[in-house]
Amino acid sequence: MWHIITMVFPYAIAYTIPMLVTALGGLYSERSGVTNLGLEGLMLVGYFASAITIKFTESVSYAAALPLGLLAAVIAGALFSLLHAFASINLKADQVISGTAINMLASALTVYLARTIAGSGNVRIMMGIVRKNIPVLSKIPVLGPLFFSQSYWSTWVCLLIWALSWILLYKTSFGLRLRACGEHPSAVASAGISVHAMRYFGVIMSGALAGLGGGVILITYSGEFNGSVAGLGFLSIAALIFGQWKPLGILGATFFFGIATTIANVSQVIPQLGVVPPVLFKVFPYVVTLLALVAFSKKSAAPKASGEPF
Amino acid sequence: MSHVIEMLHIRKEFPGIVANDDISLQVEQGEIHAILGENGAGKSTLMSILFGLYHADEGIIKVKGKEVKISSPNDATELGIGMVHQHFQLVHNFTVTENIILGKEGGFFLDRRNASKKIKALSEKYGLSIDPDMVIEDISVGMQQRVEILKMLYRDADILIFDEPTAVLTPQEIDELMQIMRNLVAEGKSIILITHKLDEIKAVADRCTIIRRGKMIGVVDVATTSQAQMAAMMVGRPVSFKVEKKTAQPGRVILDVHHLNVMNSKKVLGVKDFSLTVRAGEIVGIAGVDGNGQSELVEAITGLRPIESGAVSVAGTDVTHASIRARNEAGIGHIPEDRQKRGLVLNETVAANMVIKDYYHAPFSRHGLLKEDVIETYAKDVVKQFDVRSGEGIFSLAGKLSGGNQQKAIVGREMVADPQLLIAVQPTRGLDVGAIEYIHKQLVLHRDKGHAVLLVSFELDEIFNLSDRIAVMNNGELVDVVKTSETDEHEVGLLMAGVKGKEGAK
Amino acid sequence: MSKKPKQKKEFKSNDFLIALSAVVLGLIAGAVLMAAIGSNPFEGFLYLFRGGLMNIERIGNTLATATTLMLVGLSVAFAFKTGLFNIGASGQMLVGGLCATLVAHHVFLPRPLYLVVLILSALLGGALWGVIPGFLKAKFNVHEVVATIMMNWIAYWSVYYFVPAYLKGPSLETESASIAVTQSLRTEWLTKMFHGSYVNLGIFVAIVAVIIVKFILDKTTLGFELKAVGSNRFCAEYAGIKVNRNVVVSMMIAGGLAGLAGLTFYTGYARNMQIGVMPSQGFDGIAVALLGASNPVGVLFSSLFFGMLQSGKGFMNAMTSVPPEIADTIIATIIYFTATSVLFKKFWDGVARKMTIRREKEVAAQEAQDAKDAQTVAGRLAEPSSGPDVSLHPSRESIGPVSGGTDGKEVK
Repeated sequence: MWHIITMVFPYAIAYTIPMLVTALGGLYSERSGVTNLGLEGLMLVGYFASAITIKFTESVSYAAALPLGLLAAVIAGALFSLLHAFASINLKADQVISGTAINMLASALTVYLARTIAGSGNVRIMMGIVRKNIPVLSKIPVLGPLFFSQSYWSTWVCLLIWALSWILLYKTSFGLRLRACGEHPSAVASAGISVHAMRYFGVIMSGALAGLGGGVILITYSGEFNGSVAGLGFLSIAALIFGQWKPLGILGATFFFGIATTIANVSQVIPQLGVVPPVLFKVFPYVVTLLALVAFSKKSAAPKASGEPF
Repeated sequence: MSHVIEMLHIRKEFPGIVANDDISLQVEQGEIHAILGENGAGKSTLMSILFGLYHADEGIIKVKGKEVKISSPNDATELGIGMVHQHFQLVHNFTVTENIILGKEGGFFLDRRNASKKIKALSEKYGLSIDPDMVIEDISVGMQQRVEILKMLYRDADILIFDEPTAVLTPQEIDELMQIMRNLVAEGKSIILITHKLDEIKAVADRCTIIRRGKMIGVVDVATTSQAQMAAMMVGRPVSFKVEKKTAQPGRVILDVHHLNVMNSKKVLGVKDFSLTVRAGEIVGIAGVDGNGQSELVEAITGLRPIESGAVSVAGTDVTHASIRARNEAGIGHIPEDRQKRGLVLNETVAANMVIKDYYHAPFSRHGLLKEDVIETYAKDVVKQFDVRSGEGIFSLAGKLSGGNQQKAIVGREMVADPQLLIAVQPTRGLDVGAIEYIHKQLVLHRDKGHAVLLVSFELDEIFNLSDRIAVMNNGELVDVVKTSETDEHEVGLLMAGVKGKEGAK
Repeated sequence: MSKKPKQKKEFKSNDFLIALSAVVLGLIAGAVLMAAIGSNPFEGFLYLFRGGLMNIERIGNTLATATTLMLVGLSVAFAFKTGLFNIGASGQMLVGGLCATLVAHHVFLPRPLYLVVLILSALLGGALWGVIPGFLKAKFNVHEVVATIMMNWIAYWSVYYFVPAYLKGPSLETESASIAVTQSLRTEWLTKMFHGSYVNLGIFVAIVAVIIVKFILDKTTLGFELKAVGSNRFCAEYAGIKVNRNVVVSMMIAGGLAGLAGLTFYTGYARNMQIGVMPSQGFDGIAVALLGASNPVGVLFSSLFFGMLQSGKGFMNAMTSVPPEIADTIIATIIYFTATSVLFKKFWDGVARKMTIRREKEVAAQEAQDAKDAQTVAGRLAEPSSGPDVSLHPSRESIGPVSGGTDGKEVK
């Protein structure tokens, strides 16, 4: 049993991290006051950009290809998010519709470009990150095998970003101002700060981080761009809501989803879980999301001014 | 005495209207200078220009003798100008300290402890007691206003602009604010006070600039000018402060509120053990500062908020748990506090809005199908009676009407329905004197037809003008009910602050 | 309303202009993309449009594609009108289609009766799938966007496992068994008229749905309520309209319409269900609704346009090297531009407050006259004839006895 758990945990972490980093991006955007439903599309953009980049650089230098791919994912996501930023902030468009447009555009455009550039809607890379046991730390009883073995380096990069974000948002003046934009933008404006600039930052960060999430999917457990992230972007939004728009909260929420997804995927392999019809495992994350949304609907700590153009 | 602020020949135009037409304002160092004008006269625009939120089309501004250009609130702050807004610019879930330092944090990393210390010192210097670590949504409105003042003082403001500061304060808190203003002036500050309240100007201002419809009417010395004179200059004609009305002849009980307890949005009791009756043929006014349970009371009576315990009945019929529609059918009319949120569907036509409460029954519909011609005729009639003006008549979208016309539309709708209980909340908010007079007369007429009127207003003048009896609410409780003829504003002011006087007859 | 046509036209021409500009911009974006990969945009568009309209068979296919889009568009448009964003049309299609497919395999009745049962099954299936997020929104204020997307995936996986288990086809694991032509919406005279295309009775279902939806929205008290709730739920609540009930009813109807879309797609256009595919029409329907300005007639026309795009992209791909995803890209771009030009309307709403202040000042110019009028009115009112003429308004007594009893506790 323990053996199964230690085998499963790295997968759970692998599923968690892209969602964590995407939800973090959503946090930046919503905290600054812009609702971003386009996280799904932005993940896709990152997914695609990293696949293409790695495909063309892996033969040259494997060591450089993967980080380069992630960088491309970040940049692509950030650039694509400008569409949403411009529509929502400058044109004061309906942010829900704009976000949906981003999703649809990304979905169509990435496959379109994949076909034209790589000749097919699927783009495969040679090899993703090789998992390693972290020296010293993986020997710690209990925690070692769970968290520090068979680990991807991208996981630690993302966790570092998460930690730095927490500091930025709650310990710096910049973070104070950003959060104020999502609660009471006119108070920020009358303090002489540009709300628009803050919101652009929030949206661009959401694009960059969601893009990063997509790239991480590729180089950790996917290995191939296939035109869809299967609703992960939306699950990240749900995680944002459960996590009550706080960094620690989204860590917990995304980890929960990661475990749920893992269980769903390995259910066939584990005999004890075989008695349950597979469909239940597959729909479990979504059903639980609905239930948790209901549970959390009452005490919502959503940024007060999120979604309203200023 | 040198001028600390001069705004000379300011002109500001918006599409279709000249908000400021050649206005000149001169404020002396160390004075409290009031700017008096009706709603929409242009005083807020003028001060927004001074604070850098708008740019004047023509005219110059001088601060302490030097000509300056103020293109943003930052410029204004640097020149030592600070503004306490009418609607507080405070982040509800930040602390006092965080709100004050927002924009002037003093470094990349936050140092809350240091800032809190500075703020505490500042607050003590000016006599503004405050706890810097409290969260805004947990402190009273009066304290929130002090946070706004501290924001300015933290930025070394010398010239403080107060925009309608007393709208949300009890009479006692107003007195405290007046004292704070005198303290500030004693410390060398200059104050500009935007207001339309004459007694406050009389209480604290040195001079007063009067603006009407974008134009400057004059500057008066407050001590030697009477309220009536100032009012006349503000409005352009002699103003009668009283509404002509006969004595009330109250009949049977129409509204009976019995030991009502209602929760508010903060999950505590917003209305506590409240009992009140309103009879046919009388107007009962509920006096109190905004936020003392009046909204929750009205919502409970009209069905917009559930009742914890107690009972409400209309003309003998219990409506405590009745649906909103049932209450409408029982004869409750409601002129809501927020005309754009509750009172109208802005995206629909005036005609649709006129039947928003009655569309579902004859003659406006039959078997689920709307009878458009009947609706049209009815809407046209109401619009005509209440002089509701709009671009395309009843086919205009409600959102395109001016505030005054929107309010007239709502009042018309409610009154033509002839309800036996009419609840009017802030019925003349934001309206000009002509419209105010009209609506006041309509309310009295409704009473004279033998109906009951429950008036909720935050303007004591309006309460005194219209009510036959006054019920005072403080902190969710009924403090007392008094006959208007037997009391005065001072006594009611005390009651509003929770000081219980003699037990009046109910 | 007698004068309304004039005002309606004004409003419509505004909507039409917005739609037109969004389409033009979307097509331009498509042209740019085609050029970027070295294709000739004119050639590309030529084949795209020809692919949809070149001959009678292709026109039939365009109509068949438009059918499903029309119904999904109606679903999304209806939800929009009532203030809700229904992204769950894909899931509702799947469930409605599944119900219809089950009926098609197991129910055998005389054709007219059979069609009624078939249609009803899809309607109810979709309605059920819409009612759930509707209820969650009404009762718990769960955001319908996230809820409906969850429902989409639940439907997706349910179909994924249900079809191979209970509706397995003889050959592929990934499709259901095909239904007999006689059990589908295909009919001989239509198929003949359009030279063997996919067109089917669904087109009539869709057009009838357009008419019914338009009727509901414009002429009925239900439509009046739903629109009020969609525009301003606070005023609707104040006026006595049961907001929560309307949210649920609205999602139920929207779900039912999308269920009908599933009917036309899985038992009309196609004759089986493929698993592992999330029907893209669910998202295209959003484009259709937005382009049609959430207006039933607008939806009709925009669905035909998008039907043509989707229908023709295969031909274009065959004749040029342009990937078929160009159609989806153009559609997505059009949505983006309608979103930003919906700003036009949002502007009105959000700025209504500022406009109000401005208008007040405009009217202030008339106030001198008004002041005189007010005094005249005041004088008039002091006269014996008292107050407003309430004769036109139905008296309370005529409505019937007041239900002072419990009408269910009114919870906000």
